Amino acid sequence: MCLSIPAEVLAIQGDEAEVSVNGNRLKISLMVLKNVKPGDFVLIHSGFAIEIIDREEAEKTLEIVRLMKADKN
Amino acid sequence: MNWLEGYRSRELCEALTSEIRQLADQPLRFMEVCGGHTMAIRKFGIPSLLPESISLLSGPGCPVCVTGRVFIDQAIYLSGLEDTIVCTFGDLIRVQGTDASLEKARAEGKQIRIVFSSLDAVELAKRNPEKKIVFLGIGFETTAPGTAAAILRASREGLKNFSVLSAHKLMPPAMEGIISEGIPIDGYICPGHVSTITGTKMYTPIVEKFGIGCVISGFEPLDLLQSILMLTRQVVNRKPKVEIQYSRAVKPAGNPEAQKVMREVFEPADEWWRGLGILKNSGLKPKPEYGQFDTREVINLPDFREKEPRGCICGEILKGLKTPHQCKLFANTCTPANPVGACMVSSEGACQTWYTYEGKN
Repeated sequence: MCLSIPAEVLAIQGDEAEVSVNGNRLKISLMVLKNVKPGDFVLIHSGFAIEIIDREEAEKTLEIVRLMKADKN
Repeated sequence: MNWLEGYRSRELCEALTSEIRQLADQPLRFMEVCGGHTMAIRKFGIPSLLPESISLLSGPGCPVCVTGRVFIDQAIYLSGLEDTIVCTFGDLIRVQGTDASLEKARAEGKQIRIVFSSLDAVELAKRNPEKKIVFLGIGFETTAPGTAAAILRASREGLKNFSVLSAHKLMPPAMEGIISEGIPIDGYICPGHVSTITGTKMYTPIVEKFGIGCVISGFEPLDLLQSILMLTRQVVNRKPKVEIQYSRAVKPAGNPEAQKVMREVFEPADEWWRGLGILKNSGLKPKPEYGQFDTREVINLPDFREKEPRGCICGEILKGLKTPHQCKLFANTCTPANPVGACMVSSEGACQTWYTYEGKN
């Protein structure tokens, strides 16, 4: 039930944002997340953005595993 | 941006499983306490990638599954009141109460609407000032901020016809409850999106009091395998701690704004959990200053009694004591089309995920 999906923020108006989920456009609330900008990827849950997805961290996680793999070879 | 590339890479996942195999030279039992993880673990066949020494147990992490039948009974009662409309997330609609589900009650003409967001229920209240709108507040820390935000909006707009029937629950008391019942586990795969809101601090007592490691995990195969590796390392090195694997979505301090909204509206309350009973301060209810938005304060509810369906072992399954295959009803009288227990209703319930991905036997 805590399912949250990534969405790209297209536009912001007050405490609402228009986002794209794989091309599907949705209006979501920004009432529980601050500092969101157009272009950010956010996690949305039951109509609310709950976090900005950190692309650097996403890459770092993969890099840790790639390095581990390289070490073993 | 492709979210799946890398996180579903066969080569990277194989590197992780080979490392896990090398390290896991003793029996290890890790419990996932998020329904989303239960589903992802079975869907991606994670157990088949692990050495036999590692068992994965499903815990009480599906809010629909741990909510009592009384909650459904109350919701159906409310939907039958002449001037009342009940709003719910789709997740709850097929869950059985003592005599019926919300789906059945709706088919009989009761006023029940499925909403995408708690704010849709507030909108409905604005548009229907002559009706009382009751929103069924269900879910863990991930969902509770949205319910709190709906109450704040209703309060700011001066609505007098919106209230929340709260069955919101908090994860740590249930995680401690599992350990206190003596269920042997060597580590927790901690819920990703609950932790997005809360951050890491709430898991520290589990490490300090019980010496059990906590790794906050994402939902892709690579996430789950890396989290299992991190937990295995903790056990091998005898250094249990709280770690974040899902760092792209979870910050150590969590989401401060969501926490603020939750703290503003809710206070802790004792809650009943299927399988675990009443756990102190494991739920959330609106504070007295938001009492006018608390359904239990504004509408008189009859006294319903909690009664488990005969033969259903959801309670034991939710504690990791039994697997769905050990239930006599499983795939027999209890199926996704005709569920007896809530664990078969929810797509995140242990029984439905086993039925879907593990087969009937």
